[in-house]
Amino acid sequence: MATTATSAGVAPESGAPVGTGGTRSIEELEAIARRLREDIVRMTTKAGSGHPSSSLSAIDVMTVLYFGGFLRHDPKRPDWPDRDRFILSKGHAAPALYAVLGESDYFPRTLFDTLRRIGSPLEGHPNMRRLPGVEASTGSLGQGLSIGLGHALAARIDGRGYRTYVMTGDGEMEEGQVWEALMAAAQFRTANLTLIVDHNKAQQSNLVERVLDYRPLAEKLRVFHWHVEEIDGHDLRAIQSALSRAQEVGGRPQAIVAHTVKGKGISFVEADWSYHGKPLAEDELARALEELKN
Amino acid sequence: MVALAEKYEIKLGKATRDAFGEALRELGGQDERIVVVDGDVNNSTRTEWFAADNPDRFFNAGIAESNMIGIAGGLAASGKIPVVSSFACFILCNGFDQLRMSVAFPHLNVKVVGTHAGISIGEDGPSQMAIEDVALACALPGFTVVVPADEAATRAAVRAMMEHHGPVYLRVGRPKVPVVYRSEADAGFEIGKANRLRDGRDVTIVANGLMVSAALQAHDALAERGISARVLDVATVKPLDEAAIEAAARETGGIVVVEEHLAYGGLGSVVAMAAARRHACPMAFVNIDDTYAESGTPEALMEKYGLTSDDIVRAVEGLAGARKRG
Repeated sequence: MATTATSAGVAPESGAPVGTGGTRSIEELEAIARRLREDIVRMTTKAGSGHPSSSLSAIDVMTVLYFGGFLRHDPKRPDWPDRDRFILSKGHAAPALYAVLGESDYFPRTLFDTLRRIGSPLEGHPNMRRLPGVEASTGSLGQGLSIGLGHALAARIDGRGYRTYVMTGDGEMEEGQVWEALMAAAQFRTANLTLIVDHNKAQQSNLVERVLDYRPLAEKLRVFHWHVEEIDGHDLRAIQSALSRAQEVGGRPQAIVAHTVKGKGISFVEADWSYHGKPLAEDELARALEELKN
Repeated sequence: MVALAEKYEIKLGKATRDAFGEALRELGGQDERIVVVDGDVNNSTRTEWFAADNPDRFFNAGIAESNMIGIAGGLAASGKIPVVSSFACFILCNGFDQLRMSVAFPHLNVKVVGTHAGISIGEDGPSQMAIEDVALACALPGFTVVVPADEAATRAAVRAMMEHHGPVYLRVGRPKVPVVYRSEADAGFEIGKANRLRDGRDVTIVANGLMVSAALQAHDALAERGISARVLDVATVKPLDEAAIEAAARETGGIVVVEEHLAYGGLGSVVAMAAARRHACPMAFVNIDDTYAESGTPEALMEKYGLTSDDIVRAVEGLAGARKRG
């Protein structure tokens, strides 16, 4: 296994551990991912709306990033200047972000029950003004990589060592702004910027290849002068290796194309991409939670 | 604007974009937090002068305004004071959703500077003319919107914009413009404060940008006809100096709003809303109305599209006639 550096994942100034602990085994990470999947489907069913399937495809990568010793952050100090940034550009996967932030103790997990309710900081899409740990207000697709590039350039100007991670969806890659940002990041040689594409193959109305077939994605990113890793986005060891290798790349931004399954972990959601933007009904939730146990 | 200046024997100053570029260079040397991102027009927006001094804090984002504004949002979220610049039409229109989501909604400290605003850019024509920009910027919650009259006012506005915490849109122009203020101190620029340049009893002319000098000419022409006009330079469209508008409505009984912009959503709309709220009075509007312009010399365009001091005089007289009849 290539990863789980012990120094990463700890905020040196405060010495506070990140999230709920330090270095974890694959089995521990699997257990966390399972718990976060339960959180995602529970909170969206409770809310009566939201995008559980888009959150389920992304959650394994986010689990490794937040709990596998990669993201250096301090929930007690969300504005710590040297923290690594994670920007969820595919803002509709907000339940996944809330699950990892809750698991990291940015806020009490009881807030999950307030998702999408008036007055709750857990809005339908992430709002950085209302919830600590949210690095960018997203939901209008295509903007997160540009914002991440701004953070990466600020780090360079200030001589700070933090990294910026941005996660986009694969439908989101249809937005022209993403390609503007890809060109600019390569031009500015921001080696402190990592893009993760949650390549779950489906967007709102149809499969990505039937809407705008931009395949092959990895090759396109390579010819845009990015370092590219292409992995199974549900293989925790592969995610660890790709994130580790990304950190070693010099002079270039890195993209991780994570091949994922929309609705991963719940068979009847995996089989039907029309679950986009739909929470599970109460009886479906019970079946889903039963599946996640096994 | 040279021909117009000769006609009225007005002293021309620098273009407001030049004053912006000079002030940015000066302030950039004093505050390391200032970072400039330009859309490949740095030799037109004059951010090249800042870039020459501060190459590590300057980024040419290419012809990609959406990304440029997103970058600025990220820079601001990490504690920088980013200045993004391009032609006003491209930065506001091409980058509008990014201004909404990456700047306004998170209320980040981004300074948006649009140069080459209005029809006074002349020959390049309508595709390069920002005439919707003030309306778009005013529509963004939390944005401050500033349209300075001349060189000195622009320098003062750039300084105030940097000291202000929050998103700002600064609108500057391409041509040299007549001098309204002798110095930066004389401009007395304060965000949200109107400047009373002439006092008057019968009517108030509210203007900003290069229309302020036209309003002053109109004041003189009206004086010869026995009409006493107050002139307000309302450089800050948002937040508007509503007290100055209320005083104008109460004390002069009529307001003519003059701007190098479309009718809908610009200074006229904002002033009319304030007057309606505070003290309704008869009003008239001098602007580009509801149309796109065309190529031509700046002077020819200002005449054809109704933005001269003569147009202001006619609007004031029309308003006076309406008030008599009313």
